[in-house]
Amino acid sequence: MTRFLIPLLVFVLIAVFLWIGLSLNPREVPSPLIDKPAPAFELPQLREPGGVIRTADLNGQVWLLNVFASWCTPCLEEHPHLVALAERGLVPIYGLNYKDGREAALKWLDRHGDPYTRIVVDREGRTGIEYGVYGVPETFVIDKSGVIRFKHIGPLTPEVLAEEIMPLVGRLQQ
Amino acid sequence: MMRVFTGVLLAAAISVCLAQEAPPAAEDPVLEKRVLTLSEELRCLVCQNQSLADSNADLAVDLRNQVREMMQQGKSDEQIREFMVARYGDFVLYNPPVKNATLLLWLGPFVLLVAAGAALFSYLRRRDRQLPAQALTEEERARARALLGESREER
Repeated sequence: MTRFLIPLLVFVLIAVFLWIGLSLNPREVPSPLIDKPAPAFELPQLREPGGVIRTADLNGQVWLLNVFASWCTPCLEEHPHLVALAERGLVPIYGLNYKDGREAALKWLDRHGDPYTRIVVDREGRTGIEYGVYGVPETFVIDKSGVIRFKHIGPLTPEVLAEEIMPLVGRLQQ
Repeated sequence: MMRVFTGVLLAAAISVCLAQEAPPAAEDPVLEKRVLTLSEELRCLVCQNQSLADSNADLAVDLRNQVREMMQQGKSDEQIREFMVARYGDFVLYNPPVKNATLLLWLGPFVLLVAAGAALFSYLRRRDRQLPAQALTEEERARARALLGESREER
């Protein structure tokens, strides 16, 4: 009896491990930045050259930071959802224009809509490195005291917005 | 016609070779060596199965520049590793640190080795007991002797 039982158990064990392992998304690397203060930046604004935004200016409100670029194809996928979210006016969305050209970014926003409260420019991708960005688009939820509470890698879906981001924003805003 | 075609092909091949020439190394070869050594143990998060040193993804280039810059500022390898881990997590290291979450990763192979060794040992012991040593019959002995003798004579 054990002759068959042991190989069967081994098989089941391996199958379970593979099942779990293969269903995980290797792109979703847990960020060590969750529950840490958002890295401070002081960046020029896209729409008002000369204007600067500092992270300290944004304290006291819950805000989203969305990393995007005109060259980023998956950004197009999430963009309509961001525009729809902006129309509801529930939470300010700050854009981080990542390694992009000013003209290209402005043209892209004209064409696809601009959901952003303000947009800051990270021409060299330095701030991106500070935020551990490795796949545009990425979205961060930052609370009133400037702590990162959530990070989404890749295009936002209506499900992620409705089930994870907006409930969290609601809780943080109270 | 054929010759012209070959010429065009050759020219194209040469221009491709020229285009792929390595980017000029920085002034300091010792520093470049250090950058390369450290980036070999850091993961390129865009391509995941390549190291920062191997990858030419935009982010990998940026991160290599970051490493170079920090080295120029006199940061130690350990400080740079910490910088990367603070932003990208342990996943960025090809040599993950030993801690509770990675204990299975580090000890797993040894546990498996010991378990497999124990299984093999007990299997061999059991088989040993099941197959008692059998004495040879006189006939078999004679045959063995003949065989051994023959091979000796051949030499």
